[in-house]
Amino acid sequence: MELVAQGLCVERGERRVIGGLGLRVGAGEVLIVTGVNGAGKSTLLRALAGLLVPAAGTILLGAHRRDGDAHAYTGQLHYLGHRDAVKGALTVAQNLAYWQEVLAPAETRAPAAEALAAFGLEGLASMPAAYLSAGLRRRLALTRLLAVPRPLWLLDEPAAGLDAPSRAALGDAIGRHCAGGGLAVVASHGELSLPAAQTLALERA
Amino acid sequence: MSAFIALARRDLALALRAGGGGLMGLAFFAMTLTLVPLGVGPEPAVLARIAPGLIFVAAALAALLSLERLFQADYEDGGLDLLWLSPLGGPLIVIAKCLAQWAAAGLPLVIAAPVFALMFHLTGPAIAPLVGALLIATPAFFVIGSLGAALTLGVRRGGLLIALLVLPLYVPFVIFGVAAVDAAQMGHPAAPHLMLLGGLSLLALIFAPLASAAALRISLD
Repeated sequence: MELVAQGLCVERGERRVIGGLGLRVGAGEVLIVTGVNGAGKSTLLRALAGLLVPAAGTILLGAHRRDGDAHAYTGQLHYLGHRDAVKGALTVAQNLAYWQEVLAPAETRAPAAEALAAFGLEGLASMPAAYLSAGLRRRLALTRLLAVPRPLWLLDEPAAGLDAPSRAALGDAIGRHCAGGGLAVVASHGELSLPAAQTLALERA
Repeated sequence: MSAFIALARRDLALALRAGGGGLMGLAFFAMTLTLVPLGVGPEPAVLARIAPGLIFVAAALAALLSLERLFQADYEDGGLDLLWLSPLGGPLIVIAKCLAQWAAAGLPLVIAAPVFALMFHLTGPAIAPLVGALLIATPAFFVIGSLGAALTLGVRRGGLLIALLVLPLYVPFVIFGVAAVDAAQMGHPAAPHLMLLGGLSLLALIFAPLASAAALRISLD
C-alpha cells in the first residue's frame, strides 16, 4: 500500500494554505511533516484524512481515491488530531471499546488489553476518563491506533503532552507499525525520534 | 450495524446520565403544562379545548431543548472527526444520534402525555390519538431538529438559533397532530389526520438525515 498525493491545493477561509504539494509514502515508511505554526501541517493531515476537501489535486491510498467511495478510503486510515475524542463520563476501557465497535467490525479488532498495556494504561482501565490528566488522555487516544489495525496513521503532533517514557512507547508503536508494512504521516516539532523517516518541510504560504 | 448500535447505545447512556440533559426535556414539559391551569384557570371545558395544542407545543419545545447538545459534545472533543472515519457514513451517524436522543428525551414525553391529558380533562377517546400523534410526530421533531443542530455547530449559544430555524418546520406536525386529537374529541375518526401526520413524518425521517449529514460535512471543513 502506498499513499500518493499530487498537485494538492487546500484553502482555508479564501487563503491558500497548501499549494501544489506532492508526496509519496510507501509501505513501511514514515513521513515527518515539519513547519512553523500556521504552515499547514494540520491542514495537510486533515486533507489526507478526507476531512477537508482539497481545492485541487488527487490523493490515492493503495487502490482507493479520496474522492471515490468514501469509506473504502477513510476505512484505511487513523486520524489523531489535537482533540482526543475521549468522553469523561465513560471509563478508560469503555472509551476504547466504544471506538473499537464504531470503527471496526468484530473480526478485525485487536485485543483492547494489549493496546492499553502498550501505553501503560492497563491499571487505569476502570477509571472514569474525566479524572485523567492531559497526557493520560492523549495516551488513551493513542491506544485506538493499536486496538483498530489500519494501514495509514495520520498523527498530528501526537507527542503533545506526553512524558519521555510515553514518547518512547509511541516511537516504538510507530516503528512496529511500519515494520509490519504500515504507513505513517506525523506532524511533529521534533519531539519524536523516528529513525529512517523522510521529512517534508512546509513553509508558510 | 454493530457500529450503529454502539453509537446509539453510547449516546443514550450519555444522555441519561446526570448532566446529559435527556430527562430535562421531560421536566420542562411537565413544568410548562402544570403552569397552564394556574394561568388560565381551572375551567374543565376551557382546559380540554386547549389541551391538545398545548401538549403538542410543549412537546415540540421540550424536544428543541435537548437538541443543542446533539452534535456539540462530539464536535468539541474531536469525536465527530472520528465518526467520519467509521463505516457508518453521515446519514447513519445522524439517525443513530437522533434515535438515542429521541429515546432519552422524546419517548418519555409520549409516555407522560396521557397523565397530562387527564389533568386537562381530555376525554377517554381522545387520549389514544394524542399518544399516537405524539409517537408519530416526536421522531420527526428530532430529525428535523438535527438539521438545525448541524447547521449551528460551532456557533456560541446556538440553541436559540436552532429554535428559529426549526420551529417553522414543526408547523405541519402541530397542525395535523392537534387536528387528530380534536377530531377524536368531537367524535370523528382521527385516522385520516394520523395518516397525513405519518406521511409527513416519514418524509422528514428520510430527507432530514441527508440534509443534516451534508450540514455536518460542512462543519468538519
